[in-house]
Amino acid sequence: MSLDVAAIRQDFPILQRTVRDGKDLVYLDTGATSQKPRQVLDAERRFVETSNAAVHRGAHQLAEEATLAYEEARRTVAGFIGAPAKELVFTRNATEALNLVSYTFLNATLKRQQDQPLPDGADRFVLREGDNVVITQMEHHANLVPWQELSAKTGVELRWLGLTDEGRLDLSNLADLVDARTRVVSFVHQSNILGTINPVNLIAQRAREVGALVVLDACQSVPHMPLSVSELDVDLLAFSGHKMLGPTGVGGLWGRSEILASMPPFITGGSMIELVTMEKSTFAPPPQRFEAGVPVMSQAVGLAAAVDYLCDLGMTKIHDHEQLLTGRALTGLEEIPGLRIIGPCDLVDRGSAVSFAVEGIHPHDLGQVLDDRGVAVRVGHHCAWPTCRRFDVPATTRATFALYNDESDVDALIDGVRSAQKFFGVS
Amino acid sequence: MDLESMYQEVILDHYRNPRGRGLREPFDAEVMHVNPTCGDEITLRVAVGTDGEPVLKDVSYWNQGCSISQASASILCEELEGATVSEALAMTDEFVNLMHGEQVDEESLGDLIAFEGVAKYPARVKCALLAWMALKDAISQSHPDLAEPIDGDLTEISVADPQRHELNTD
Repeated sequence: MSLDVAAIRQDFPILQRTVRDGKDLVYLDTGATSQKPRQVLDAERRFVETSNAAVHRGAHQLAEEATLAYEEARRTVAGFIGAPAKELVFTRNATEALNLVSYTFLNATLKRQQDQPLPDGADRFVLREGDNVVITQMEHHANLVPWQELSAKTGVELRWLGLTDEGRLDLSNLADLVDARTRVVSFVHQSNILGTINPVNLIAQRAREVGALVVLDACQSVPHMPLSVSELDVDLLAFSGHKMLGPTGVGGLWGRSEILASMPPFITGGSMIELVTMEKSTFAPPPQRFEAGVPVMSQAVGLAAAVDYLCDLGMTKIHDHEQLLTGRALTGLEEIPGLRIIGPCDLVDRGSAVSFAVEGIHPHDLGQVLDDRGVAVRVGHHCAWPTCRRFDVPATTRATFALYNDESDVDALIDGVRSAQKFFGVS
Repeated sequence: MDLESMYQEVILDHYRNPRGRGLREPFDAEVMHVNPTCGDEITLRVAVGTDGEPVLKDVSYWNQGCSISQASASILCEELEGATVSEALAMTDEFVNLMHGEQVDEESLGDLIAFEGVAKYPARVKCALLAWMALKDAISQSHPDLAEPIDGDLTEISVADPQRHELNTD
């Protein structure tokens, strides 16, 4: 049984509206943020209306209920990626999760220099002169800029795997780039701009040989495919709630227990402490150690509802459905003269983010024509500016297909591109 | 809206046949401005001379970006040929007013009035203003006494009248 898209669409109030003078909305920008089903909105609302209180503190019934709901949400979301609850840290978004990791290196390094106490095993985060960090040329700025900053503050060398013309990682020099001085290999699971799905365990295997930590940006994979951390040879994994039908303001960092336990805190303050005196503090165990302040409660509850929604449909079905649409899009787009797909042109190891350039039409102008027809796509560099440069384009037009899209949405995109060519006189 | 009201013929013409494009010497100041959300960029040079009062002897540029930002730079070049610096700054201010949906003197804007439809799209206002903010910046760098330095991001849309934008949301 395939997905019943018509029924699914009924769950998403925003998909019922029209845009630009009564045009049906064709939402193809899920890669930027997904729309939210009623079930998620209801769960958030229910929490705020019935159980809202600061979690992990207070002796009243509401505080108890709120804490239960929050921790239940943690169990649900962790379970979705095949992890125990204690290995999931709620962050504000994936960007914060990745910064949490890069700052762990900075903080461990600085504390060691000051002879300050660090958790057992923190040595893996203490940088020394001559160390390096390896990323790739297809990173979202969220997995690039934090490492640039770490490099600027510590002198650690920033290296990256390049890309092939097809839009895949060039792994020919993997063994040279990831060397004995590599401390962390941090890379994207599915590129938000190219759609490429990277061979996680192959890269991780090289990282293991040299004892480097493996960090995965799974923002674009967790929402779109069945995924379990038990099958991925990684140490830490970041994802975002709002790209998987959940609310904004919540993301996750999964980490293997012993890795999380060895990490000094990132953002500090209330909730994340054990003992506090005027001189110094000790810190709670994970995940609380990384959740300073009153956490993202209603958002976490909403995210758990999103996970339930995805699980009810089935991640395999969702993945198959999106592959079908992606295949239709690739075929239809490739038939358009002057159109170039930026990224893999087949369905092998690729997700539903499809970027392209149309000769003679800047993506902004193309996006405007599509918007005029109700088709919402992303135009620009997609927070992956170096990736655009690699393919010699200032920007691209990107469509992403999700569980609430159907064939007619793909066709609307293709018709829209053809109509833009006509409008600008380039067909 | 109909696309024709945004992409008026004069805009498409300047986009397809940009006037004065290419960097020239001599110049008194060179600036590079980017629109970080989309990657549009312009490098712009000004040469300022005096003819009783300061005049723009030459404005040259190289840019890449969408039709709106390209056409805007081309029209800038054409409209300001031989203009005095005060005329150039006055036109810049008037164009900003147009982009912010305020009342303008249409006569004074020349071909720039073609961008009126762009003002309805906050995301495109930056494209239209990119060259003009670069010009203002370049003048302020070569002649600080003539133009205020660019303070913050002047191309950010200021939604003075939110209703105006609501009209376009349905």
